[in-house]
Amino acid sequence: MENKKLSNLDIEQEYNQYVEQKIPKPAYLKNILWAFSVGGSICVLGQLLINFFKSMGFHQEDASTAAVIVLVFMGAFFTGIGVYDELGKRAGAGSIVPITGFANSIVSSAMEYKREGFVLGVAAKMFSIAGPVLVYGFGTSVLVGLIYFFLFR
Amino acid sequence: MAVKKNGAQTVQFDNPPILLASGSVVGPKEGEGPLRDYFDIVLSDDLYGEKSWELAESKMLRESVKKAVEKANLSIENIEYMFSGDLLNQLMSASFAARDLAIPFFGLYGACSTLTESLSLGAMLIDGGYADYIVAATSSHFSSAERQFRFPLEQGTQRAPTSQWTVTGAGAAILGAYGDGPKITHVTTGKVIDFGIKDPNNMGAAMAPAAVDTILTHFQDTGLGPEDYDLIVTGDLASIGKEIAEEMMLDKGYNIAKVYNDCGLMVYDTKTQNTYAGGSGCGCSAVVFCGYIHQEMIKKNLNRILLVSTGALMSPTSSQQGESIPSIAHAVAISND
Repeated sequence: MENKKLSNLDIEQEYNQYVEQKIPKPAYLKNILWAFSVGGSICVLGQLLINFFKSMGFHQEDASTAAVIVLVFMGAFFTGIGVYDELGKRAGAGSIVPITGFANSIVSSAMEYKREGFVLGVAAKMFSIAGPVLVYGFGTSVLVGLIYFFLFR
Repeated sequence: MAVKKNGAQTVQFDNPPILLASGSVVGPKEGEGPLRDYFDIVLSDDLYGEKSWELAESKMLRESVKKAVEKANLSIENIEYMFSGDLLNQLMSASFAARDLAIPFFGLYGACSTLTESLSLGAMLIDGGYADYIVAATSSHFSSAERQFRFPLEQGTQRAPTSQWTVTGAGAAILGAYGDGPKITHVTTGKVIDFGIKDPNNMGAAMAPAAVDTILTHFQDTGLGPEDYDLIVTGDLASIGKEIAEEMMLDKGYNIAKVYNDCGLMVYDTKTQNTYAGGSGCGCSAVVFCGYIHQEMIKKNLNRILLVSTGALMSPTSSQQGESIPSIAHAVAISND
């Protein structure tokens, strides 16, 4: 065995391939089923909320906005009482991708860094995980908007 | 001339330092594990009455030192040096504990290898005649390590099956120039080894070559082999790393399987406790050694052991910059003879 300096890339490559065989495969089927059921349920809940608000006399757009507000609140609430991470452990992307997961990433960061104070802790760290999503989300929407503007208008 | 040096990286003691006593403090999850009966203090609340995880970790470290000192029938004033470290930025747990204990302090960072790093240096100090009593102590806390290295606790992410669970625990061992107890006979200091593993969720695989390098060097330097030990135990390679270490040792001509185990697999029941590949953290080898192994040595169920704590020397910055994980392992041989 040699130091990093002396070792060549072959050893590293060989070792990485050797390690690759040792890594247990995730339980794909179980994970997919969990993600599908949980993610699907959250979406169904969203649709039910939209239907409910529409039945209350909201327009389609307002009903969607109201549903989103309720879902974000629920994501934050279940994060606060320590349930959402238990769900996320099993559902993976099923609970990260919906808007409830977005709320979870913001609230969990805010909770974690409360001890460092409300300015440098909560406020500064709140978007440490959600921040990249916002940056690239906004970025992508601007890009798509420009494409739409120049090609289809 | 370095008359006590034995081979390339090993020191053999003329006046072997004696392991007088040790103390261990663990969190609730560790207190439900297979080694629960061996720990001195099991916390019911992992915040330990403190305002933050970091302070809770520091308190565990402090209490483990106090417990060890008490079990050795000494007082804090008798301890001349404290060798200690942890995983937090600027060694917050160790420095704060050393402040409260007021023992002359050497702060060490060897990631999860800190226990054997501090035992090594402390043993050399005693054999050299520079101190009669020292304490080697280290700690880790699941919640403080998560926020240092990974995601907020309440964030709903899925863990990789290769990931490891940071042990909430602290262990302290008192070494003395006089007294009764198991003796530290050899220390083999490891080199930093890097085989190019970049995945911080697979630290066992990153650290296994370092453990193998140190164990191999120990055998070559001393002429000892697996048959000379009742137990060769690595710090926190967990399931994947342990398998790799065993195979690599066999490849080099040493079959260690019969006497080999890993603290990361001993501290939890990985099947029922959801700890993925196994335990990790400075506290992992600290509580297994200061709890289980030391007591089994006192009972003479184990008589000659080689403790090899393993450390992954990456930082959040180095991981984000895409660098591989340099690793280290230090071996300490302890004998009842």
